[in-house]
Amino acid sequence: MSPAASKAILRKLSDSLFLRPRLALLLLLLPPLLWLGVIYLGSLLNLLLYSFYSIDDFTGQVKYQFTLDTFRALLSSPANLDIVARTVLMAVAVTVACGVIAFPMAYFMAFYARGNTKAFWYLAVLLPLWSSYLVRVYAWRLILAQEGIISWFFNQLHLGWLLNAILAVPVLGGPSLSSSYFGMFLVFVYIWLPYMILPIQAALERVPKSLIQASADLGARPAQTFRTVILPLAMPGVVAGSIFTFSLTLGDYIIPGVVGAPGYFIGQMVYVQQGNAGNIPLAAAFSVVPIVIIGLYLAFARRAGAFDAL
Amino acid sequence: MQNAVELKNVSCVFGTVHAVDHISLEVLAGEFFSLLGPSGSGKTTCLRLIAGFERPSSGSIVLLGKDAASLPPYAREVNTVFQDYALFPHMSVLDNVAYALMVRGIGRLERHRRALELLEMVKLRGMEKRRPAELSGGQRQRVALARALVNKPRILLLDEPLGALDLKLREEMQIELKSLQRQLGITFVYVTHDQSEALSMSDRVAVFNRGRIEQLDSPKKLYEYPETEFVARFVGSANVLAGKELGLDGGKFAIRPERIRIEPGRISGTNSLVGRLIDVHFLGSQTRYEVTLVNNSTIRMTVVAPAGGEAGLEAGSEVTLTWNPGSLRKLREGEA
Repeated sequence: MSPAASKAILRKLSDSLFLRPRLALLLLLLPPLLWLGVIYLGSLLNLLLYSFYSIDDFTGQVKYQFTLDTFRALLSSPANLDIVARTVLMAVAVTVACGVIAFPMAYFMAFYARGNTKAFWYLAVLLPLWSSYLVRVYAWRLILAQEGIISWFFNQLHLGWLLNAILAVPVLGGPSLSSSYFGMFLVFVYIWLPYMILPIQAALERVPKSLIQASADLGARPAQTFRTVILPLAMPGVVAGSIFTFSLTLGDYIIPGVVGAPGYFIGQMVYVQQGNAGNIPLAAAFSVVPIVIIGLYLAFARRAGAFDAL
Repeated sequence: MQNAVELKNVSCVFGTVHAVDHISLEVLAGEFFSLLGPSGSGKTTCLRLIAGFERPSSGSIVLLGKDAASLPPYAREVNTVFQDYALFPHMSVLDNVAYALMVRGIGRLERHRRALELLEMVKLRGMEKRRPAELSGGQRQRVALARALVNKPRILLLDEPLGALDLKLREEMQIELKSLQRQLGITFVYVTHDQSEALSMSDRVAVFNRGRIEQLDSPKKLYEYPETEFVARFVGSANVLAGKELGLDGGKFAIRPERIRIEPGRISGTNSLVGRLIDVHFLGSQTRYEVTLVNNSTIRMTVVAPAGGEAGLEAGSEVTLTWNPGSLRKLREGEA
């Protein structure tokens, strides 16, 4: 085909697409929709489906029969409920801590940092994500170890007694930070913090300065402005960030294995059940737990008006 | 009577820019006072100094007899209507209007009652449940006005409040704002870059240029007796000519486009100049003529005359401009 002829055909094609915007949109969206619909949601639905099957105790084969036995087994075993409670409590603590640390940083980035300072802060927040997650987690094991830099630092300040007091707290403490829930909590907070900062910062960035001035102009003191204007407008960002930190903590199976006290987390349980134990229905049932919890959380946030500003 | 606003020798410097440069002005209580100027002339900064969003680098600000230079915005007895309205997007119209009462701890029933009164006043009854995003530009403007008035301020600051509205709505709102101001009897300090808006609504106007006040006068005085070339050109687009072009002694003179008579052909006489017509714009009730002088084609004059007198006046033809010597205004020396 001559170049002129192929040009004419392309011309015709773009003309007809321009005149049919819906068709153009459909063609553009089809590949991502297929990806999202079939590969992403499809496999998730398949997983959900498996949670309603059960495993034959004798043969170890999956019985493709609809049953609630797997959920019953999950919920009737105190050991399993312990795992769920442990994971959820950790996820809540990590999310709250991330929110408390992230908000002032996001606030500074959105309202005060300009030019190079802003670029520096973005870089500082994102830089940890450039290096391997595994490397950072193992590095933290060394940092938190009995002979690690943190206990060295406490000893240099003659505050060794304080560290020992923290480690003496029942359940949270342990022989060293690297083998305690408290240490695990520190690592979780460190690893997920950027996922909390960025959505809050994005939400605050969209708040016009004039709204804050209008609030002050109408007689609101800074604390009132924060409570009635800034926080409600930042709430969608806080919720988005907390879903990241919450669900990432709920599903993580590496950090609990590398740092912290013995005792399974949901992610590890899923890993073990579908791997070594070969009990895919129970693994699927375990992975439904975070989905349900996050669904409840979102419903609660919606009722509390967290999305009013959207 | 006590002055509503007094600025004495106020400067506001951002880095090396003198946004406001040694300004002094007094706004009388109950007055409609406009700050008029092009963008970057310092008029908005001046308003923000009064509201408390900017701190003066030097000088004193007195509001209702009280020194206010170091007071934060929430401690000042002024309220502001913002250019972008700055309505709270997450609150209903009613809660927006009631906001100033809410932060003062006034109970829900009482503040809703008063907010509804204000909404009644700005003709938005029935809209109280809506969100700002569900309103038109003109309605948002009214909400912003009601919100700023709910606390019964004695001074209302308005920062180009009509700038985002279309022409017809803007003219309606000008009339409404003016009658509202008369009815409430409060002081309005009004920032605008639109000279006709400033002239039609204000008791007095301060014309800003490069951080300074060029002239502070009543609209009539500003229009009839501009003191500087800047004011003459900015207010009413006057023609400014050097004295020697007119056969007068030095200095510069202004003459309004509508004070010049335009006739076809070359007519000799005093108080007249011969020019070449380069453009004719039909404006409806009037016609505007652009003329360059025959003896100096770099000088452009604008003439506005009632429509209907265009006979013989075609682009490219020679015309004679005549005026009454009483219409010439001698200008103070100064930068334009």
